[in-house]
Amino acid sequence: MFKLEARHANLWYGEKQALKDISIGIEPNTVTAFIGPSGCGKSTLLRCFNRMNDLIENTKIKGEFLMDDTDIYDMDVYELRKRVGMVFQKPNPFPKSIFDNVAYGLRIIGEKNRNAIKDKVELSLKNAALWDEVNGILNKPALSLSGGQQQRLCIARTLAIEPTVVLMDEPASSLDPISTSKIEDLIYKLKQKFTIVIVTHNMQQAARVSNKTAFFYLGELIEFDNTEKMFTDPQNQRTQNYVTGRFG
Amino acid sequence: MKSYSYTRAKLTDKVFKYIALSFTVFALGVLVVLLIDIFSKGIARINWDFFRNLPSRHAEKSGIMTALAGMLSLLFFTVIIALPIGILAGIYLQEYGKKNRLAKFIEINISNLAGVPSVIYGILGLTLFVRILKLGNSLIAGALTLSLLILPIIIVATREAIRAVPDSLREASYGVGATKWQTTSKVVFPFALGGILTGIILAVSRAIGETAPLLVIGALVYVPFIPEGPKDQFTTLPIQIFNWTSRPQAAFIVNAAAGIIVLLLITFLLNGLAIYTRNKWYKKIRY
Repeated sequence: MFKLEARHANLWYGEKQALKDISIGIEPNTVTAFIGPSGCGKSTLLRCFNRMNDLIENTKIKGEFLMDDTDIYDMDVYELRKRVGMVFQKPNPFPKSIFDNVAYGLRIIGEKNRNAIKDKVELSLKNAALWDEVNGILNKPALSLSGGQQQRLCIARTLAIEPTVVLMDEPASSLDPISTSKIEDLIYKLKQKFTIVIVTHNMQQAARVSNKTAFFYLGELIEFDNTEKMFTDPQNQRTQNYVTGRFG
Repeated sequence: MKSYSYTRAKLTDKVFKYIALSFTVFALGVLVVLLIDIFSKGIARINWDFFRNLPSRHAEKSGIMTALAGMLSLLFFTVIIALPIGILAGIYLQEYGKKNRLAKFIEINISNLAGVPSVIYGILGLTLFVRILKLGNSLIAGALTLSLLILPIIIVATREAIRAVPDSLREASYGVGATKWQTTSKVVFPFALGGILTGIILAVSRAIGETAPLLVIGALVYVPFIPEGPKDQFTTLPIQIFNWTSRPQAAFIVNAAAGIIVLLLITFLLNGLAIYTRNKWYKKIRY
């Protein structure tokens, strides 16, 4: 059984077709990497799974998207987004305190108990490997943190509402190598509890963190297999060219 | 050839700099002369009694109490009326309304309304509030008229401030399952509040200086009492100043100068407050 599944997904931004008949299944408690050159549709597909594309005007979507074998369009969209969390390319903490950033989602879902919020904030920050760096300065503005810390804060904010899936859209692309390796360690750890789908431009990153890799090109899913196989013995010539750095 | 054109370019550069400088000096010079004139005439007239006295036939006994009280009550009602409407309209147009042709049409028209001469609003107010709604030349009629005048400014300022909120913050909020209202009220509005406040203060300082529309709706020139409710008649500081400047006696001109100083100080304070608010806010939300 798949955690997330797309069946014959097609998507248009206005006249431009961004996804072409994509079918893919994501297994639970794995890390799946979406790779491919810019504009290949990998971020677009990612954003289909929590219906973020709904926010963009003139978007037309066809096909089926399933979570735990339920059509996500039969679910309440807000409920869906609580279960399918998302981390964005650029760290986007709110201009609030560190604490309030993590507590935001909890307050959104109506959690009133102060101690419960406090405990969950601490747990989420620990899960996001940020607790040791911010313990004691939780009331400081989130924007005073470094870029890498801000991104882990955003991950903590996502984890706080206890999703089962975490979508990551190039989460380390704006970070330095040390922050990047911290995020990668984190992804490796989070795999125990969550199903993770990560979009990345960084081939080594895909190879390091993921169990399965999907290669996209011009809106089509070219190849999808175990990461090791994708990088050592790809079946498609274009995949081979891309993973060996010959184009893209 | 090359060095020639380079020398020439440097010369043009210098000439332009001095032309720009001379125009700046000219503009500031006129302002300074006006200010010196006003202050030298009026500053000695400003004392406690000037604020406390009612208007009078005798220039020396005249004061701005009713005008000041009228102006402040007028602003109070204007803000109460225009603020919620303007902010909600701005939020709706930017955050909720569909971005279609009708929206574009409305947007252009609102911007145009901000540029309509204020006397036109006076005529509208006279017809609608004074005559049709039978409010008479009351404080509330004046406040409604001024509200119409500053509504476009508040709407445009609100929209601009909301437009400046990065989409990444909206996505962050939707990403944890927030509804549109939760996102707007907890993320978008607080982020935009600094810009909105600045716009509101600027709108109010515009309203303060308005005379024409109030004269049209029949604000009185001579009011010997402080308005006690929205249905009372009223006068405002600019009208009082207008009245004094049209008197032949020199002593009233002095009163007018003193009134102008008070009005200038209030406007100056409000603008300063607007700048302070904006800077303070932007420091807080800077990335």
